[in-house]
Amino acid sequence: MAEETTRTTAPAGADGGGEPPAAHPTVTPGPRPPRPARGPREGGRKYFRRKKVCKFCVEKIDSINYKDVRLLAQFVAESGKIVPRRLTGVCTPHQRRLSTAIKQARNIALLPFAGRA
Amino acid sequence: MQRSYELMFIVRPDMADEDLDRLISTLESQVATAGGTVKSVDRMGKRRLAYMVRRFQDGVYILFTIEGSGAVVRELERRLRVTEPVIKFMTVRVDEEQKRQAKIKAIRESRAPGKAAPPAEMAETGTAPATA
Repeated sequence: MAEETTRTTAPAGADGGGEPPAAHPTVTPGPRPPRPARGPREGGRKYFRRKKVCKFCVEKIDSINYKDVRLLAQFVAESGKIVPRRLTGVCTPHQRRLSTAIKQARNIALLPFAGRA
Repeated sequence: MQRSYELMFIVRPDMADEDLDRLISTLESQVATAGGTVKSVDRMGKRRLAYMVRRFQDGVYILFTIEGSGAVVRELERRLRVTEPVIKFMTVRVDEEQKRQAKIKAIRESRAPGKAAPPAEMAETGTAPATA
């Protein structure tokens, strides 16, 4: 609303009026041309990060089984923790099944609950 | 209700082979008497345990694949609990997972010829929304 009024008053002030210039200088800091450009922070990502892909989707691994210790061990940290999705890139449905499989494997002593004793 | 289960249990490592054979055969007969069927018995051999179980660092893993109702599993687990050489056991229901995998396989197979002949696949996708 304020911007609209300044735009309409600006040509009027250029034409040479007594009153409009008085209102004009107070609003001139208001109209900001760089805003639509929307680029004050362009820094953001400094280095290129490779897109992570879900191992199970790419290699078409259908079964995530608690018996397959080799496979599960890739997604378990040294401490015995399940590695989060944001680090491994596994998709949500696969991570869900992976975590159940890891928990089953822990139950039958194929994987540790907490790091190696 | 017939379901398939995987029953994995760990036997203490210092058990003699013939005792193990006897244990397995008695368990198999118990499954039969409880009304289930044993599909397969897999001896996975001696493995290092990920953590100590009853002061054992190793164990002999045995895997049963069973078909039967929940009552069969209940009975078998009760037996395992009182069987002294068995140090740990776990039952996992597998029929739903098998069903899911069969479904995926079927989908994949139906898609494979579609890839070979792209027009056929397009026709297939065209008809899919109409049926849905």
